[in-house]
Amino acid sequence: MKKLKFTLLTILTLVMMSLLVACGGGSDNNDNAGNANDTQTAGDNVEDATELTFWTFAGTHADFFINAAERWNEENPDRPIKLTAETYPFDQMHNNLLLSLQSGTGAPDLVDIEIAKFSNFLMGDVQLEPLNDLIESELDNFIQSRLDIYSKDGTIYGAPTHLGATVVYYNQEIMDEAGVDIDAIETWDDYVEAGKQVVEATGIPMTTIPTNWYGIWPFVTQRDSDFFDENGELTLDNDVNVETLEFIADMVNVHEIAIISPGDHYHSEDFYGFMNDAGAASIIVPLFYMKDFTEYMPDLEGKMQIRPMPTWPDSDKRTVGMGGTGTAVTKQSENVDLAKEFLYFAKLSEEGNIHLWTELGFDPPRWDVWDAPELQEETVYYEYFHDGIFDMLLDIRDEVGSVNMSENTPDVLEEIDTNVMHRVLREQSHTAAEALEDAANSVQAKIDSKN
Amino acid sequence: MGSRNKKNFLNSQKIAPYVFVFPFIISFLVLTLYPTIKAFIMSFQNILPGQVTFIGMNNYVRAFNSPTFYIALKNSTIYMILTVVILVIVPIILAVILDSNLTKFKTLFRSGLFIPSLTSVVVAGIIFRMIFSESDTAIANQVIGFFGLDPVNWRNTGWSAMFLMVLLASWRWMGVNILYFLAGLQNIPNELYESAEIDGANVFQKFIHITIPFLKPIATFVITISIIGGFRVFEESFVFWETSSPGNIGLTLVSFLYQQGIHQNDMGYGAAVGVIVLIVVFIVSLINLVLTGAFKRSDT
Repeated sequence: MKKLKFTLLTILTLVMMSLLVACGGGSDNNDNAGNANDTQTAGDNVEDATELTFWTFAGTHADFFINAAERWNEENPDRPIKLTAETYPFDQMHNNLLLSLQSGTGAPDLVDIEIAKFSNFLMGDVQLEPLNDLIESELDNFIQSRLDIYSKDGTIYGAPTHLGATVVYYNQEIMDEAGVDIDAIETWDDYVEAGKQVVEATGIPMTTIPTNWYGIWPFVTQRDSDFFDENGELTLDNDVNVETLEFIADMVNVHEIAIISPGDHYHSEDFYGFMNDAGAASIIVPLFYMKDFTEYMPDLEGKMQIRPMPTWPDSDKRTVGMGGTGTAVTKQSENVDLAKEFLYFAKLSEEGNIHLWTELGFDPPRWDVWDAPELQEETVYYEYFHDGIFDMLLDIRDEVGSVNMSENTPDVLEEIDTNVMHRVLREQSHTAAEALEDAANSVQAKIDSKN
Repeated sequence: MGSRNKKNFLNSQKIAPYVFVFPFIISFLVLTLYPTIKAFIMSFQNILPGQVTFIGMNNYVRAFNSPTFYIALKNSTIYMILTVVILVIVPIILAVILDSNLTKFKTLFRSGLFIPSLTSVVVAGIIFRMIFSESDTAIANQVIGFFGLDPVNWRNTGWSAMFLMVLLASWRWMGVNILYFLAGLQNIPNELYESAEIDGANVFQKFIHITIPFLKPIATFVITISIIGGFRVFEESFVFWETSSPGNIGLTLVSFLYQQGIHQNDMGYGAAVGVIVLIVVFIVSLINLVLTGAFKRSDT
């Protein structure tokens, strides 16, 4: 009797323990945990090449680095590299990197880190190599704010991939039908008026608002506000943010010129299909979304016009840098200097920045290449959209707003994605002020409890 | 001679059992016991690269002060109760039907019901997401439209979020639980049914008074693993919303752990949540075992 009880208890304990262990694994049930979906190599036929590994979550970035490695080997025959580029699913790659940097083993030489994840890697003793020495003499050629988002205390840890200038893509066909002149839209109030005209004439919503941070961050940043100020103090529920969120909510629920994005955000199949069928007259999203247009919305070719964002009364900024991926060199690399030099070659040099546009269609973070002849040459993007994209960028170069990053930025974004947008836009159960205040309190509580 | 001695040594009754369990012991020590102890230690620490500090009970205090933790606890508990009820009652009925002589194409049904548990939950999740998409043309909305109901925004509404998770879990585990009960049914002596028939018992009475009592040990086992499985639910939530669901309607304890520990790089906190889950599951399972009398020997 006693023995049986003991056995049962033991079995129970063992099963429970396996529970805790499974918890720790997080994604242990993912079918190919630990294996890259896709591995590419450059320079494997070169003798005495130094091996470098690169992790990314975007197949296109892997192609980009492989091409760069091949160019490097041609130009530097005395110091060849053998680059292995491994592509993993988004979450898995960041998880693997976090765990390998935490445990001190297994990290690659070079790695892509997405902006919303970047601050996770700036906590504690930073396990990434400073990149300041690579670009110190050329800092003026960069849009400074795109370096700041990957920096901590003045040290730059990530090489930016693009400017991510937020713009408005207008569907010219719908605008013509509604009789709206997009060049006459100068302020957000103009935009709302034009939206009413569009809805009335065509029944098509002027735009869609995603329920993640893309539905609020670009707008508050444009007004020189943010979720954190430059000292790292939480400003999530300040007046400007509340007012901005009210404005956005009004577009959806009062003026009814905007709807919540089908599929909740701009990178879902639901949204691609909706937009491709001329579901909305315009969307507000960074320039890197050109790639999504050309890939997933073929029916809109030749119909879309790109313009700067309309302005707010209290700020003359006409665009904001949003999103982004910083490529970093990890401290675990055995060839830190070579990896850094290669990173400069691939992404930070003038030539690298030109390739960012010609290969990936990204607006380069170095503005000194924007008028380079290579950027004016015909590409799929000019064909799909129109010429003069970089003239527009040069025109608004001094009007680029930027975000302040904090180590608690992931917490704020989580609150926005989970609670704020849902409550204010979809459920309408909270006012903008209430929702932002709740979110700010919960983030502040977390900050306080950690200190 | 030497090899022969060795063979005898391995064959001896004293040693052989240890040899057989050796691989399990090793994997248990390395993959289960060590991480478990480590998780307990981590739950009292603040963990950052190169800066690991002991912070006492702070992680636990934070968890118990966090409203989100209680939402996760509530969701996991509701999910656990629903899955236990559905995944015990329905499989018993299906197992009895499958075991009946009147049922045709038994093998076909049996494998049909079992196949979902072999499917990758990620793949299944993608299909479920499409079926329950918010658009009017998605299958689920067309079906309810048939009955004159308005389309539902399945993934963004509180009750339907829970419904989706429970549905996916039920679909996935139904076949496995049926197998357990089918095995249990084979142990019921036919004579009992025969004598009951002689006494004039109908199908329903036979089911209540013979089948159910004999299936009780199996049911206890299934309930226990369903409780544990219910509290550790992660994939069912992850495939629908990844880490953040609107208003946390799909947040479970383990997704909370994952969100805080890995996504927000707060591993000590994540470990503390894990330890709390462990204790909760332990208590609930013990209550279940005491109530079902698993600690009493039926033959004494």
